[in-house]
Amino acid sequence: MRQPPQIQFLPDGRRLHMNHGPIDLIIEAFGDGAEIQKAYGAGVRRFSTVLEELCSELPQLRREASAINLRCGGSVARRMLAAVLPFSAHTFITPMAAVAGAVAEEILEAMTSAANLSRAYVNDGGDIALHLSLGEHFTAGMVDDSQTQQRRRIAQQFGAARIDFTDAARGIATSGWRGRSFSLGIADAVTVLTPRAAMADAAATIIANAVDLPGDAAIIRVPANEIAPDCDLGAIPVTRDVPRLNSHDKSTALANGSAVARELLHRGLICAAALHLQGETQIIGLTAALKSPRATNLALDRSLTHA
Amino acid sequence: MADDAIRCDACPVLCYIKPGRTGACDRYGNREGQLVRLDPHVVLDRALTHGDALVPFLDRSRDWNGDIVSGPEIFVTAIGAGTTYPDYKPAPFIISSEVAGVDMVTVVTEGIFSYCGVKLKIDTDRHLGAEESVVRAQGEPVGHVTTSEYGSQMLSLGGVRHLTGGTKNEGTVTCETLLNLCNGKSVELSVDDGAKVVVQAGKAPIVNGAQEERMRVGCGSATIGMFAKQWHGKIDEVVVVDDHITGVLSQHQAGKMLGIPESGIKVKGRRSTPGRYFQVAEPGTSWGGTNIDDPLTIVSSFNPKFAWPGLRLLMVSTTGEQHAYFELDENLKPVEKELPAVLLESVSRIKENCEPAMCSVLFMGGAGGSLRAGVTENPVKLTRSVRDALTRVTCGGAAVYVWPGGGITLMVDVTRMPENAFGYVPTPALVAPVEFTMPLKDYAALGGYMDRVRSLESVLKANDGRQRVPAHAANPWPLAPAAGSEPRK
Repeated sequence: MRQPPQIQFLPDGRRLHMNHGPIDLIIEAFGDGAEIQKAYGAGVRRFSTVLEELCSELPQLRREASAINLRCGGSVARRMLAAVLPFSAHTFITPMAAVAGAVAEEILEAMTSAANLSRAYVNDGGDIALHLSLGEHFTAGMVDDSQTQQRRRIAQQFGAARIDFTDAARGIATSGWRGRSFSLGIADAVTVLTPRAAMADAAATIIANAVDLPGDAAIIRVPANEIAPDCDLGAIPVTRDVPRLNSHDKSTALANGSAVARELLHRGLICAAALHLQGETQIIGLTAALKSPRATNLALDRSLTHA
Repeated sequence: MADDAIRCDACPVLCYIKPGRTGACDRYGNREGQLVRLDPHVVLDRALTHGDALVPFLDRSRDWNGDIVSGPEIFVTAIGAGTTYPDYKPAPFIISSEVAGVDMVTVVTEGIFSYCGVKLKIDTDRHLGAEESVVRAQGEPVGHVTTSEYGSQMLSLGGVRHLTGGTKNEGTVTCETLLNLCNGKSVELSVDDGAKVVVQAGKAPIVNGAQEERMRVGCGSATIGMFAKQWHGKIDEVVVVDDHITGVLSQHQAGKMLGIPESGIKVKGRRSTPGRYFQVAEPGTSWGGTNIDDPLTIVSSFNPKFAWPGLRLLMVSTTGEQHAYFELDENLKPVEKELPAVLLESVSRIKENCEPAMCSVLFMGGAGGSLRAGVTENPVKLTRSVRDALTRVTCGGAAVYVWPGGGITLMVDVTRMPENAFGYVPTPALVAPVEFTMPLKDYAALGGYMDRVRSLESVLKANDGRQRVPAHAANPWPLAPAAGSEPRK
């Protein structure tokens, strides 16, 4: 039985929650009341068909990016493909690596082209697209819930990112083996800031995959399709469990990830990245944008908190 | 499929899910080959209901808290507990707790009901459709109009014939309709050759786009009886328009008793007894559940032998929502005038005495063999134990009515159950929570799975996504000793 898209305000009456199948968005727009209404209306209209559009192209979008014909495809599919193509020459990647960010970007764009907003965000399960007008900024908290039982939803903040209008970043995404999507690496969380959300999604995936100790037998890896038969990763082993690591192993794994993050930084694909592994955090890029919470008194914007 | 993976159809992604895994959304999963919703397992907490400060789970200081109510304040419901179908194996949770010195057992399972449906009571006098008419949702037949009740139209929805006996789409739409109604969501229904009605448990129905506000105070005749004294001396004739029985004050027994003179009014329809008329018009959604908008269409004439110029006539519907006031001219033709203030009060009083119109949704289902087999190795003993009131049956902690006769066929008011208590499987069939609570001794006697009994403490300790919700204040506490029960030897 098909469940239609579910759209409702959260109990605070400000944030809009839109859900359809695996897509789960939290949206908030700031500005004039009438403009906010217009923006939400446009976001809802765009959201109503997004999943159907994606599903109609799903077999294509689960293929390796380099093998896909770019010309056909809906607007979300094109965003996905554009985000992963810069990586496809060096590694196996499918457009699905950018699906969450691309959806966030698409909905945000529908809202900002329909209304005049001071700020807005679309948070698609931790992949966030931002809109800022002159003089505005967002603060995003980065949390680590790996140390506690996930079910209890007790999370510790390990960093905060302040994004100003003058910064290039408009997309935030997080990837790690504990997340909803599969990871080939062992990072608990890699958070990336990029100019666009779809790229953040793809880049976080690539960097998190690189935070790894290749060949370490203590890390449990299982072919992706043994867990999810129709997964785009096919038989590629994905991380299912990571033992406690000694500090040397942690440094090695983080260094492997940092090398990839630096390369993406030099290619201009990302603005900054924070790599988090068993309590250690490595920050690459604009350190001004990614701060440890103790170094700043910026309030944590809970609505942007993501794990 | 050889690997027992199943195709989830909850959204267009159509994930292919292996046993024990979830789909891309993390909300639907493959549990023993069945697609199930994996929302958190719900436990009722009395402290939350009473608004007391929350106490930590199993705090030692709770051994004696001075409360007269004894027994655990936490009841584990079947919502999200999982199911036994189609394997004949013990229920997912069999929980022991001590209540007033007696060891009690609650067997907790989610039942998959193909034989189930919803009895829908819609408080309205408006005609929704003829008895036996087909009720549709999204164009698919999902039930029928059944015998109406006082002030209410009744629909019977679902049932195995619509769920699995028709086309695939009929089954899917029926399941969706039942699920939405049971989970307190609104549903639009249309009756063949009848009305369109939007219904939602605990909310007023919307009939053909108009929100119903009140139930009628009584039939037209009863209304005459109730208000005759208040009208006496202020008016010469009152007609209470009603699709069932239209009442005429001067001819009605109540009017006669008060010595109200004959007015000579001639009303259409079939006279039942003096002052009481059947079928004054066709059923409809206007005045008193008839199809008339102009009340004078049911008055054929005034007999000049009795009527007089200036005669004052009030016409009113059984809910007081419609009313009109007339005076006869010299040709004995009624002329509409403004309602005198002195009569306004009686019209408002009719309205005041009408209760708010509501939709009530009762889930009704029969516990099948496999569900009962999840409780005991000898299912018929469970049936007998329920019949003998030794075993208490609840749905999500809500009290149920168990039908007399064979089997365990129960009805429950869905508004007494926690939110989103119902799920579905693609069979299609509804998934409803069922709990059986009984003394441990009785559980052993009826062949229960004694080796599967776990303490409440151990269930609550295993922190796997259990959600504590307040118990519904109107429900008897599922673990409270039954009223009038005596300790059994």
